[in-house]
Amino acid sequence: QEAAKYDKKVMVLDFVTPTPLGTSWGLGGTCVNVGCIPKKLMHQAALLGQALQDARKFGWQFTEEVKHNWMTMTESVQNYIGSLNWGYRVALREKKVTYENAYGEFVGPHTVKATNKRGVEKLYTAKRFLIATGERPRYLGIPGDKEYCISSDDLFSLPYCPGKTLVVGASYVALECAGFLAGLGLDVTVMVRSILLRGFDQDIASKIGEYMEEHGINFIKQFVPIKVEQIEEGTPGRLKVTAQSTVGNQIIEGEYNTVLLAIGRDACTRKIGLDKVGVKINEKTGKIPVNDEEQTNVPYIYAIGDILQDKLELTPVAIQAGRLLIRRLYGGATTKCDYVNVPTTVFTPLEYGACGYSEERAVEEFGEENIEVYHSYFWPLEWTVPSRDNNKCYAKIICNIKDNERVIGFHVLGPNAGEVTQGFAAAIKCGMTKEQLDGTIGIHPVCAEV
Amino acid sequence: GKSEYDLLVVGGGSGGLACAKEAAQFGRKVAVLDYVEPSPQGTQWGLGGTCVNVGCIPKKLMHQAALLGSALKDAQHYGWNISQPVQHTWSVMAQAVQNYVKSLNWGHRVQLQDKKVKYFNIKGSFSDPHTIRGLTKAGKEIVITAEKIVIATGGRPKYPTHIAGALEYGITSDDLFWLKESPGKTLLVHLSLLHFCEDVVCISLTDISPDVSLECAGFLTGIGLDTTVMIRSIPLRGFDQVSRKHQMSSLVAKHMESYGTKFLKKCIPTKVEKLESNKLQVTWKNTDLGTEESDSFDTVMWAVGRVPDTKTLNLETVGVKTNPETGKIIVDASEATSVPHIYAVGDITEGRPELTPTAIAAGKLLARRLFGQSSELMDYDNIPTTVFTPLEYGCVGLSEEKAVQCYGSDNIEVFHAYYKPLEFTVAERDATQCYIKMVCLRESEQRILGLHFIGPNAGEVIQGFALGIKCGATYPQLMKTIGIHPTCAEEVTKLHITKRSGLDATVTGC
Repeated sequence: QEAAKYDKKVMVLDFVTPTPLGTSWGLGGTCVNVGCIPKKLMHQAALLGQALQDARKFGWQFTEEVKHNWMTMTESVQNYIGSLNWGYRVALREKKVTYENAYGEFVGPHTVKATNKRGVEKLYTAKRFLIATGERPRYLGIPGDKEYCISSDDLFSLPYCPGKTLVVGASYVALECAGFLAGLGLDVTVMVRSILLRGFDQDIASKIGEYMEEHGINFIKQFVPIKVEQIEEGTPGRLKVTAQSTVGNQIIEGEYNTVLLAIGRDACTRKIGLDKVGVKINEKTGKIPVNDEEQTNVPYIYAIGDILQDKLELTPVAIQAGRLLIRRLYGGATTKCDYVNVPTTVFTPLEYGACGYSEERAVEEFGEENIEVYHSYFWPLEWTVPSRDNNKCYAKIICNIKDNERVIGFHVLGPNAGEVTQGFAAAIKCGMTKEQLDGTIGIHPVCAEV
Repeated sequence: GKSEYDLLVVGGGSGGLACAKEAAQFGRKVAVLDYVEPSPQGTQWGLGGTCVNVGCIPKKLMHQAALLGSALKDAQHYGWNISQPVQHTWSVMAQAVQNYVKSLNWGHRVQLQDKKVKYFNIKGSFSDPHTIRGLTKAGKEIVITAEKIVIATGGRPKYPTHIAGALEYGITSDDLFWLKESPGKTLLVHLSLLHFCEDVVCISLTDISPDVSLECAGFLTGIGLDTTVMIRSIPLRGFDQVSRKHQMSSLVAKHMESYGTKFLKKCIPTKVEKLESNKLQVTWKNTDLGTEESDSFDTVMWAVGRVPDTKTLNLETVGVKTNPETGKIIVDASEATSVPHIYAVGDITEGRPELTPTAIAAGKLLARRLFGQSSELMDYDNIPTTVFTPLEYGCVGLSEEKAVQCYGSDNIEVFHAYYKPLEFTVAERDATQCYIKMVCLRESEQRILGLHFIGPNAGEVIQGFALGIKCGATYPQLMKTIGIHPTCAEEVTKLHITKRSGLDATVTGC
């Protein structure tokens, strides 16, 4: 869309290869269809379930039995996504960007072949190319995985309630999904190979796990599934999962209605003909290395988003990178995407917002004696009346002593973590120090004032 | 002779307690006096001051109760099957809130004890510059002498005593949170009886705006009560207060109208009478139509401003100067009054925002300067605030109007956006008034002068940005900050349409 502003002739190819179970979706990519958007809406549904319980303490009265209807929620969510898909098509049309629902792959220099659903092939040439094909969920590679397991690609449009669910994985995807499924009243178990939320601050990661465990989610730690078999067909059916310990020979079995795999995502770069035009990819991860201007090793081919090597897999980062790239190519701008201090939020039942260094990374980079960690547990005012946990919400900032106690890491665990973190991220970008933080008056009573 | 105490704090509220506890940390002998004169309706409360007992805390909790009512409605769209009808019971909420407040009163007493601060539940007044005397509830007289004295007695709601029946039959925010029974059909009257000065308008919404009446009306509506706000738009040096001077407050009020709160605009009450049914008959003048109208209500709440609590202190005896118009104590940048060893913090002080965190910070810094060899003064600039109306409004820095006044409209750039919170989509909620506005200097650096946000969790959103503004944040720096997706706060980092351009500021796309 940005390129079209500069009167360039632009074409977008988008194609969704159906999941093993046949799920597909419209224009917009992962975020819109099977990522951020449906995830946050279902997380909201779960939060509302909690709100219902709180409401009673605040004087609201309604029947004891409150049940959740998966289909009502999923239909509403899918309708909203449909409106976004439609919105994108209209936006592209209005900006005179040619859109084709076809699978693109390079066949030679400056040439791409587009194959649509019916198998019709067309060739297109362009001066420049931008690869933004993103990723898809990884499968375990064990018997029964593709036949019987689902992934996040399927979950958000599942036409039946998943029932008793086993979530395999310890990524934020796994924890967020497990979180909202449990919040909707389902029996949820998470099977974890080793640690939770690899790459995130581990002190916080363990608090998140603890909170989830205390709120009804079962964790099976240090096991990996080795086999999934179907006991009974159905929507949902019944599956038997066999798992092996990673620290011994123990084998366990369990029965679930649904098995959700959330063990990682693979870049969609292997089958788009990159070898034909010489674009180098990391053979192990499939990701594309680019320079700080998002350029691949082939000068006229650029890449952005989840497929980039060593960059964050986040929607706003991709959007920002894409816009700035075009402004540099056609608008004469020089601003590059700033990948430092990008804030994120994990929408687990107890939300986690972060910006900057984790405690481990800060210690690694600066040395333990050079950093100061300030922290505090807090009790959101809204949790007092309904007697919710008074020692779970937590905030910590990490400061670089040598640099005027500059804040290099911000972490908050509590409600509305994303809303709280955003502003602090802006302040960190302005080089905020501990003194400035102390000198800022809090808004009372909100969680962020902690 | 030598004084009994190093520090005597008169008033056990946000400012007073913070100051006392901080001073005690330095090993000083500290005493706190706190006393609550019952309201005309007889309401009383414990240690902790306005915020804890009849301000921020119960207000936010009742606001939360109302928000949960909306959540119940949203929940049905998200698949939760809730039987209709859904009822709200005032007494369950009020008791829960009151119990929590009482636990805070208790907590404060324990804290004072732990920090070895002596607490007297007496109403004190100066008998000489270093001496305060007062009577305990039992009638015993207590005399206390101190080297230094901090006055932090705060304020109480005003009654429009010129209106017949106002004192006898009306209540104020002092009473609302402690009602045991539902207030029923309620009329909230906002009358600005103070003089306005431009400064007050821009520092914080709380000083002049119908905050209290809007916040209370908001949660009363939210829990299902028939609620009306009577408001007279005061001509303010030629400007209409609600519609032009404050774009943001008019958006907030518009939302409340669609939310179900009734507004009686341009009306002034003339009398309140009690009917046989025990209901209250209110008569008012409609200044627009020139007619007289009346209606009956179960409760009438006055929200006509607050008066500083200085009457019984005997300040004239010791020479502490107050502002003759407002009655507030005049202090300098170090919180010192006209008498060298007497200081004041919090709502009682002239020209300061009436906010808890401000009082706490000022109190702490004062204690550090008095006893801790610090020289740090309180910075009253860029103090963020939030109004907890049904659709919340958070802000920090200058209002657009004040910025135009200070710098000229050619020298400022206003970026704005109408956005829709993701959670409103499935819930089918109206997001018409969800709005963000950032006021910047137009010159090259584009420093941010003010940020305004209307939407859910406004306080949480604004807090971090307030920090950024304290660090001198500029528009380019904000644009370099990546958004967190999906949140409402990220819309701040995406602001790019200016008011000057006249373009449609509605956010589109994902």
